[in-house]
Amino acid sequence: MELVCPAGSLPALKKAVDNGADAVYFGFRDSTNARQFAGLNFNDQRAAEGIEYAHRHGVRVFCAINTYPQPQGWQQWTAAVDRAAALGVDAIILADMGLLEYAANRHSDIPRHLSVQGSATSYEALQFYKDNFDIRRAVLPRVLSLDQVRGVAKHSPVELEVFAFGSLCIMAEGRCYLSSYLTDESPNSKGACSPAKAVRWEETADGALESRLNGVLIDRYSRGEAAGYPTLCKGRFEVEGDVYHAIEEPVSLNTLDLLPELKALGISAVKIEGRQRSPAYIADVARTWRQALDRVDCSSGFSVDPAWQSTLSGLSEGGLTTLGAYHRKWK
Amino acid sequence: MMKLSLGPILWFWSKQTVFDFYGNAADWPVDTIYLGEAVCSRRRELKPDDWFSLARDLSACGKDVVLSTQTLIESEADLRRLRRICDQHEFMVEANDQSALQVAIRNEIPFVTGPSMNVYNVATLKVLAKQGLKGWNLPVELGRETLEQLIRGLNEEGLDLPAEVFGWGFLPLAWSSRCFTARHYNLPKDNCEFRCLQHPDGMEVRSRESQELFRLNGISTLSGSRYDLMREMPDMERMGVSTVRLSPEHQGMDDVVDRFDQVRRGEIPATDPLHLVEAPPCNGYWYGEPGMALVQS
Repeated sequence: MELVCPAGSLPALKKAVDNGADAVYFGFRDSTNARQFAGLNFNDQRAAEGIEYAHRHGVRVFCAINTYPQPQGWQQWTAAVDRAAALGVDAIILADMGLLEYAANRHSDIPRHLSVQGSATSYEALQFYKDNFDIRRAVLPRVLSLDQVRGVAKHSPVELEVFAFGSLCIMAEGRCYLSSYLTDESPNSKGACSPAKAVRWEETADGALESRLNGVLIDRYSRGEAAGYPTLCKGRFEVEGDVYHAIEEPVSLNTLDLLPELKALGISAVKIEGRQRSPAYIADVARTWRQALDRVDCSSGFSVDPAWQSTLSGLSEGGLTTLGAYHRKWK
Repeated sequence: MMKLSLGPILWFWSKQTVFDFYGNAADWPVDTIYLGEAVCSRRRELKPDDWFSLARDLSACGKDVVLSTQTLIESEADLRRLRRICDQHEFMVEANDQSALQVAIRNEIPFVTGPSMNVYNVATLKVLAKQGLKGWNLPVELGRETLEQLIRGLNEEGLDLPAEVFGWGFLPLAWSSRCFTARHYNLPKDNCEFRCLQHPDGMEVRSRESQELFRLNGISTLSGSRYDLMREMPDMERMGVSTVRLSPEHQGMDDVVDRFDQVRRGEIPATDPLHLVEAPPCNGYWYGEPGMALVQS
């Protein structure tokens, strides 16, 4: 299984390469990718440097152009595909059907990967993308249980990549409009969920800390309570008189325990989420997963090293991890 | 004149409630009715044959009937239900997911795309038009500016693909593998006791300042405010929108349909407020604002 790591910056890319990634993925510095953050991502020159560095170390580079262009932005998105091709990336990660067709027609020699934003949760959906755009690989949304992944993998016409570690998105990706409902930006339209521009932190008279998104109270932390970024689905809200994490707790996905099963299913690659993370974070996560993948590949049997789990827990939201939807009971 | 449609029922209602609803809808001035379970695989008050028989009855009453597919397809059982819907040639299918596209194309069934299909540009519509697309819904997060350009682009391409706009109701915003209703009751999803039946218009999610944010509806999350584009009907007609979709609610739907019908006929001003059920109105998406916003035009 291939280890695919995020590269939000050139230093992060180098850390991923140095610490055992088989492939890295990056986006351009605009809303053509689903991790648009101020100060992150690549212009063409930095991308060229990163690709040169990765290739010199035998690591492949994927370019994510996985948001949905509207007519007013169409040329910007097709230009991004052309730029990725000119840079010599090893694959382009796409979600939009129009853009997939553009890439298949103009740059047929560059493999196309279906982004998680393409919302393909069944082998029939994968067949649609295979038949129409000849995709080589697809990233599965984080909504399937392990049994369901097994069902998809058994009949999949393409390579599969699954999320292994990082932020847990609990909605079917590519079809979540919660962020644009509260703000005017969503992953699909602007490559942003709960965008930083809409975030406000306020301290109340009694010392509590409030996080707001476009004015909406997402969470309130009593004095001394650990506070997290106000991703809107991870806030505490009131439902029929109960105040709780009505949608999801702030935890991270961690599938270390599932590695042997994922390998047995024929999964081609595991993906680490987090282009918004620091180079030091990327280094720690990549190193840990490299060790785990190497151990899963040797025949002597796999067991999770407690040190790996403790490293990964330390890097997780709220220090907590979950198997998420892979574990049926989570649902 | 623009058409009116009734979208699929997004909530979980008892079989009798559903039959009563459509028994009444047969007499309402709507042109198109979408039928089927679009949200949760566990909602089986109506079996496929019940839906087919409803479809035939409504068709006999002069309605255009379209069969809607489930939005989040996860299991082999989901695919079996999808294939059942696409294994007929009487009715068009609303594809709410790419699995449905694939099966409809393979079976050569004419299809339209629902609001959860990501149709953001003309190139996407061209891809689907080659495969049998007969119409499409604007994704809910897109507004008039994008719609206008999409319609213009289609006209330039000489493609006759009628556009439908979600015009009234709680907006379907997200689908998860997790059931939020079961979670609220501390029940596992696989043993949810069908609690959604107790919430025929979902469960309100409020901020701790009592702001209405969302409505939980099983595995789906809807808007807390009700989208209402009645005032925008004349604008839509000028732009060439074919159909305005009204999303079913279990109370007062006949009034909603009547009002939209009167507005499209020019019998009452589109600015007349509609006072029906308790939820704040919103229209932000149409104007390129946050969806929850209410733009006073």
